[in-house]
Amino acid sequence: MTLLHDVRESFLGSLTRLGAVTRFLLRLLRQLPGGLKRWELIVAQIFNSGALSLVIIMLCGLFVGMVLGLQGYQLLERFGSEDALGTAAAIGLVKELGPVLTALLFAGRAGTALASELGLMRATDQISAMEMMAVDPLQRVVLPRFLGGVIAMPLLAAIFSIVGIYGAQLIGVQVMGVDSGSFWSQMRSSVDLKDVNEGIVKSFVFGVTCSLIAVYEGYHARPTAEGVGSATTRTVVTSAVATLFLDYLLTAAFL
Amino acid sequence: MPVTNQNSVVEIRALRYAVASRVIFDGLDMDIPRGRVTAIMGPSGTGKTTLLRLITGQLLADSGSVKVAGLELSGLARNDLYALRRRMGMLFQNGALLTDLSVFENVAFPLREHTRLPERLIRQLVLTKLQAVGLRGSAELMPAELSGGMARRVALARAIVMDPEILIYDEPFVGLDPISMGVILRLIRRLNDALGLTSVVVSHDVHEISTVADTVFLLSGGKVVARGTPQELQSYPSEVVRQFMGGLADGPVPFHYPAADYFGELLAREDQP
Repeated sequence: MTLLHDVRESFLGSLTRLGAVTRFLLRLLRQLPGGLKRWELIVAQIFNSGALSLVIIMLCGLFVGMVLGLQGYQLLERFGSEDALGTAAAIGLVKELGPVLTALLFAGRAGTALASELGLMRATDQISAMEMMAVDPLQRVVLPRFLGGVIAMPLLAAIFSIVGIYGAQLIGVQVMGVDSGSFWSQMRSSVDLKDVNEGIVKSFVFGVTCSLIAVYEGYHARPTAEGVGSATTRTVVTSAVATLFLDYLLTAAFL
Repeated sequence: MPVTNQNSVVEIRALRYAVASRVIFDGLDMDIPRGRVTAIMGPSGTGKTTLLRLITGQLLADSGSVKVAGLELSGLARNDLYALRRRMGMLFQNGALLTDLSVFENVAFPLREHTRLPERLIRQLVLTKLQAVGLRGSAELMPAELSGGMARRVALARAIVMDPEILIYDEPFVGLDPISMGVILRLIRRLNDALGLTSVVVSHDVHEISTVADTVFLLSGGKVVARGTPQELQSYPSEVVRQFMGGLADGPVPFHYPAADYFGELLAREDQP
C-alpha cells in the first residue's frame, strides 16, 4: 500500500504547508500599520514587480488578443455572428484570460525574482544582519514586496485585457473585415460591470496568492545555492496550480 | 542564583543547547569582561557561531541562563530584545551588506531606521565611521564592487554607527589576505580602546587572536576547556588545548570522522553496504 501511503503523505504535506503559508500571511498583516508608513518602499516594489513586467505583459496580451480574434472569428462565422467578436473577446479577456494569464506570467517574471532575491538575502546573512540591527525584516523587506505584488497584479491584468482587446480588434476588424462599429458597440452593450468586477476580484486574489507564495518561499529558502533554486521552482509551480484552482472556485462563485 | 558581576557584560550559566538529539552545549559557564577584547576559540563544529547566536538572542537556550548587559535573554519580549540589540553591533562572516544599497546607504541604514536625525548629521556620522575604517573614498560604491576585506570594513563601520556597547565579530579573518587581516586586527583593537567597547571575537585563527585578545575562551565538547590570556593558553597543561594551539592533526580531537572498520568496508561487496 505504498501508493496510498505516498498520496496520504503528500496530501498531509500540502496541508501543513498551506497552514504555514496562512500563518505567515497573518504575521505579515500584523506588520501592516508600521509597513504602510514606508510608502516609498512599497512604490519601489510596485515598480519592480509591476513596471518591469509591463513589456512581457503587453506583448503576451497582444498575442493572446490576436489569437482570440482569429479563433473567435472562425467560430462565430459558422453561426453568421461575426459581429459578436468584440463581445466574445472582451468577456474572455476581462473575466478569464486577463487575470489568469497575468498571474501565470507574474509568477514566472516577478514571483521568481522575489523568491530568489529573498532567498539570496537569507543565504548571505542580510536577513540576520537586519535582525541584529533591530530592524524587523518582515516589515522592512518582505511586506513591501508582498504589497507591491498585490497592488501591481490588478493593474497588470487590466493592461493585459486592454491590449488583448486591441489585438482582437486588429485581427478581427483590420484583417478579417468585421465591421468596426458593431465590434465596439456590441462589446459596450453586452459587457456588464459584473464581468469587470469578476476580473478585478480574480486578479486581486491571484495577486495576494502569487505574491504571498513568492515571499514565503524566498524567505524560508534553505541558505544554499540549491535551496534558493528549489524555492524559485516551487514558487512558479505552486503559484500556477493555486491560480488555476482558485480560478475555478471563483468562476463557480460568480455564476 | 549567581550574583551579578558588574564587570561582566555577558554572563552565561549552566547553558544547555541541543539541536534535535545533538547536544551542542551542556553546562557551559562564561563571563565576558567589560571593556576588553575577548576571543572565543575552538575547533570547527564546536558551536562557536551557535554561541554567538545565543548571546545575541537569535537562538534561545534550552536551559540555563544567558544575561547580556544584565538582561536575561530567555524572558525578554521582542521589543526589549530589539532595544538590547541596538546596543550591540555584529560583524558577520561575509559582511552581510545589503546588496541593493550603496556603501554610504549601508552605513546609514541603522541611523535611518532608528533615528530621525537630519540628513546633514547622518552624512557626517557616516563619513566619520567610514573614515575610521579607512574607506571614506568608497562611499558611493556598491557592495558588489568591494573586495572581501573592504566589504568587511564597511560592515564594521555599519556595526559601530549606532555607537554600540558590545561589538561581536563572527570569524572576521576567514578568507582575507594578510594585509586585510592586519587592517581588521588593528581595527578591532583600536575601536575597542577608542570607543570603550566590549569586543567578542569568534575565530579559530590562533596566531591572529593571540595578537589582539585580552582573554581567550577555548571551547571543546560543549564546554569551556580553558580560559586565560593567549600566553597562558600556549603553556596550558591540557592535551586538547595543546592540540588546538599547536595545530596538531591528531589528538583528543581525532583526525578521522567516526567510521566503520576500514578493511571491512574496503573488502565489503557492493551489494552489502
